[in-house]
Amino acid sequence: MTELSKSGAAVGEPTSTSPAPTSFLEVRDLKVHFPTDDGLVKSVDGLSFKLEKGKTLGIVGESGSGKSVTSLGIMGLHTAGQYGKRKAQISGEIWLDGTELLSADPDEVRKLRGREMSMIFQDPLSALHPYYTIGQQIVEAYRIHHDVDKKTAKRRAVEMLDRVGIPQPDKRVDNYPHEFSGGMRQRAMIAMSLVNNPELLIADEPTTALDVTVQAQILDLIRDLQKEFGSAVIIITHDLGVVAELADDILVMYGGRCVERGPAEKVFYEPRHPYTWGLLGSMPRLDREQQERLIPVKGSPPSLINIPSGCAFNPRCPYADIPKDNVTRTVRPELTEVGSQHWAACHLTPEQRERIWTEEIAPKL
Amino acid sequence: MGHRKTSGGPRSCGGPLAVLAYLIRRLFAAAVMLVVIILVVFCIFFLVPKWAGVDIASSFVGKQADPASVAAVREKLGLSDPIFVQVWHFFKGIFVGRTYSAGGDITHCAAPCFGYSFRTEQDVWPVLTDRFPVTLGLALGAAVLWLVFGVAAGVLSALKRGSLWDRGAMVIALGGVSLPIYFTGLLSLAIFSYGLGWIDGKYVPLTESFTGWLGGMILPWVTLAFLYAAMYARITRATMLEILGEDYIRTARAKGLKEQVVISKHAMRSTMTPILTMLGMDLGALIGGAILTETTFSLPGLGQAVLNAIKTQDLPIILGVTLITSLAVLIANLVVDVLYAVIDPRVRLA
Amino acid sequence: MTTPAKSEGAAAVKDGVAPGETLLKVTGLQKHFPIKKGLLQRQVGAVRAVDGIDFEVRSGETLGVVGESGCGKSTMGRLITRLLEPTAGSIEFEGRDITHLGVGGMRPMRRDVQMIFQDPYSSLNPRHTIGTIIGAPFRLQGVEPEGGVKKEVQRLLSVVGLNPEHYNRYPHEFSGGQRQRIGIARALALKPKLVVADEPVSALDVSIQAQVVNLMDDLQEELGLTYVIIAHDLSVVRHVSDRIAVMYLGKIVELADRDSLYRAPMHPYTKALMSAVPIPDPRRRSAKSERILLKGDVPSPISPPSGCRFHTRCWKATEICRTTEPKLVELKPGQQVACHHPENFADQAPQDTVLLTAAKEAAELVSDEILAESAETSAAVAAEVAEHDAEATPKEPAEQAPAADSGNPETDAEK
Repeated sequence: MTELSKSGAAVGEPTSTSPAPTSFLEVRDLKVHFPTDDGLVKSVDGLSFKLEKGKTLGIVGESGSGKSVTSLGIMGLHTAGQYGKRKAQISGEIWLDGTELLSADPDEVRKLRGREMSMIFQDPLSALHPYYTIGQQIVEAYRIHHDVDKKTAKRRAVEMLDRVGIPQPDKRVDNYPHEFSGGMRQRAMIAMSLVNNPELLIADEPTTALDVTVQAQILDLIRDLQKEFGSAVIIITHDLGVVAELADDILVMYGGRCVERGPAEKVFYEPRHPYTWGLLGSMPRLDREQQERLIPVKGSPPSLINIPSGCAFNPRCPYADIPKDNVTRTVRPELTEVGSQHWAACHLTPEQRERIWTEEIAPKL
Repeated sequence: MGHRKTSGGPRSCGGPLAVLAYLIRRLFAAAVMLVVIILVVFCIFFLVPKWAGVDIASSFVGKQADPASVAAVREKLGLSDPIFVQVWHFFKGIFVGRTYSAGGDITHCAAPCFGYSFRTEQDVWPVLTDRFPVTLGLALGAAVLWLVFGVAAGVLSALKRGSLWDRGAMVIALGGVSLPIYFTGLLSLAIFSYGLGWIDGKYVPLTESFTGWLGGMILPWVTLAFLYAAMYARITRATMLEILGEDYIRTARAKGLKEQVVISKHAMRSTMTPILTMLGMDLGALIGGAILTETTFSLPGLGQAVLNAIKTQDLPIILGVTLITSLAVLIANLVVDVLYAVIDPRVRLA
Repeated sequence: MTTPAKSEGAAAVKDGVAPGETLLKVTGLQKHFPIKKGLLQRQVGAVRAVDGIDFEVRSGETLGVVGESGCGKSTMGRLITRLLEPTAGSIEFEGRDITHLGVGGMRPMRRDVQMIFQDPYSSLNPRHTIGTIIGAPFRLQGVEPEGGVKKEVQRLLSVVGLNPEHYNRYPHEFSGGQRQRIGIARALALKPKLVVADEPVSALDVSIQAQVVNLMDDLQEELGLTYVIIAHDLSVVRHVSDRIAVMYLGKIVELADRDSLYRAPMHPYTKALMSAVPIPDPRRRSAKSERILLKGDVPSPISPPSGCRFHTRCWKATEICRTTEPKLVELKPGQQVACHHPENFADQAPQDTVLLTAAKEAAELVSDEILAESAETSAAVAAEVAEHDAEATPKEPAEQAPAADSGNPETDAEK
């Protein structure tokens, strides 16, 4: 699936002895920290995952869980716009198709942006430049990576707009973003991000700003396009419904770390982390009989400057006192395999978790 | 809200006809505004002295006036006419010219007639037209300078926020904003003209000698531009920093654009919007006369004229300059609005 | 949450309307925002944000209002709390017409009707302590609570699950969920009868949403509150509401008991809206045929489509939908719908069978299973209704339903 022969394949961290991965995208121990006056904001603090082409990874988490910063880190945009601020610190490895991005020449990474990996953002109105037409913006995206004249590029833009379902694309290409509706803008954004046939598409809350009927259209479009283009997709969202629709694998983030990772079915049907249980219990569901009461997670998400010691979730976890020796408050749990391709980071024994899930949680959902 | 899928095509803000209609409407509005301004100014300058017990006719004739000539002047200027008749004559003078007559003494004042200076008895209009190019040259030249240096300094400061450069530039900018122009002006004169003797400092009309004109204008330009560049640098820096945090700048980077292009194309275009708005206003106001600069450097511009007129209560000159200033501001406003719509497609000319 | 609250709650319903009676009645309510142009500010059109809606809210219930952006649901909330002046129609609160009451006339009303806003960040003044914020209603109304304002504010803080010691803190010291609790405490200060909540949880994280939803539930039970909850999230609305109004372009298209609405939606728009909600269940992903994708976007409320406003996107639209506006009528007890060709019910205009061109295009996005199923259920219901009508005297569909009606045998007809 991946070619290891490319020049960047051998490049790695000096300390790293691990070989280039065989996965299309592999993130190893990614840390992104932002120094601020109040302290070090550990937005991402040791995240690892793999993603193959044609597959979709859903990253789920609440605000401040580090999910968006992860995507910016992969794109190499975590420091962008930090003029005069103390620079973000990034460490770990990000292997994209055999190239390690963090040690690569920044200009090489820039050339990968938009061509090999591209991104769609939450609010398409603010993510598109208000002063340029949709066409101009797509043409620009195409011509950065393709040496063609404007006419050819515009033809390509119209073709892409047509592909994402914008009616009369030859006319609409000359419209400004404010002349599009929310759903159309997101379609245009998708057209722009796919104009160079990227291998990796990162969608950061792509439907959060949209109405539910439009959200359905956009999710449908992303699914179709992925089939057609065969790209790897990372979809970042707080909405478990959206990941359930699209994702093959799910990664649940909490306090800048991964607390559970596994195939979508496993994460939904046999979740093995109390935070995942909390998310599932917090969510009113249309597909079930009316729940009597929601089961919220107590407390608030942690501050990323002051992440609780031990398990970051321990202050909110109803089961934090079960493991002995106060271990949940002192020792950071590692991800351990709890099933095939299924990991969770929790001090409870797998047996305890299985029992709690099947006896206490699942019946109430 | 509200774009029907089927409607297609760009809408209302485009269309040359719509823009033309808009321009006509705006020009009409400007004309109405101008008439109102004339009325107000006329009332202030001709009625207020009357209420204050100052007799315009005797001030026209001068201190050693004898009653007969004062009466003659009063008749000639129509000062005993009812106010609306006076206003009518004044308007008529501006658009078609007017004839002053008192007995056999007939003076024709061709359009645009703003009357005669009380002091020099000169026709006001030629005074304005003589002095206008000086002020225009001062304002435009300084504007070019402050735009180039102010915006550049602002952008650099934004990109190097917190650096020594940024702090230094902002301290200088603070100085520029707070130091009065007569101070910086006199200082520069003292250093470059009297001290080093590099610059003659005398105003020479452009029509006579280009280099002479440049030599005479360079210090006023720099002095005036220093003040404005400081303001523009601060605004540019603040705007740039805000724009750099916008989502669409992140999108531009995510496309793989080089950082220089992100800044110079995507961020600059948005940053220029408030700058242009300011530029229009400032230019409009300056064309009415940069009184302090012109006085400091003895430039024979509108500002100097109006200052002299104020000192000597030369009402027709004050009135004329006021109208020129208003006109300049109105036109600058219109230009800014049109430019704004050109830059920002979301603004509709309607 | 705390014991004193319970006794207060019992007192809250002491006067006024008994539970189940009509507390708020809205008739023909309209709000048009004029669009002005040019020098003279001539009115060239209007945004018909709310364009003639009728509904009532019964004491002690929760009425949920759902719809997409631009459907007028928030405007409606601001109209019934009289933050906006209606263009036409009437609003009656406890039998009293409050449609055009001025600021002074509304003042006593403000105690009884309170609002909770969406954004817990911008709806609290950052320069005031939360003690001042929550105590403000007392000062504005000139009410001196028993034991003093401070004591009462601290009680309210504990009612909404915040630490009463935090009386002197500022809003920025609280998280989003806590701020929303502050907003709720402020709304509850004067023991209102009706609380209108506009997107109370949509700015909050999932785990916090559940906390706030549960809190609102508890408070309703303890204080006997009546809620109008406006939200775009259908799952949240279903969870909190007893009855639900679905809005589209300034109109109510369906108004029904929660269970009837979710089991057997009658308006095609309701059905599409519900099917569009992503289901958090990866196993259901294969069942994508259940989804109805609507064509395009919501049309502009400046010039809404003629007839039925949904006809431009509806897969069932016929000529009558284009020409005649369907009235909101009660087709089943407790389920009012404005549609000529409802789902799960007998066709209201069976003679009109030719689909509009737009409807044919829209139908391409709807799977055959759904089309077949809806035809089937409609036929089954039609048959049952015919049977029903044969034995009983035909019911006038426009008639009002008896209050607090729930669970009707007919709603199971589609099963």
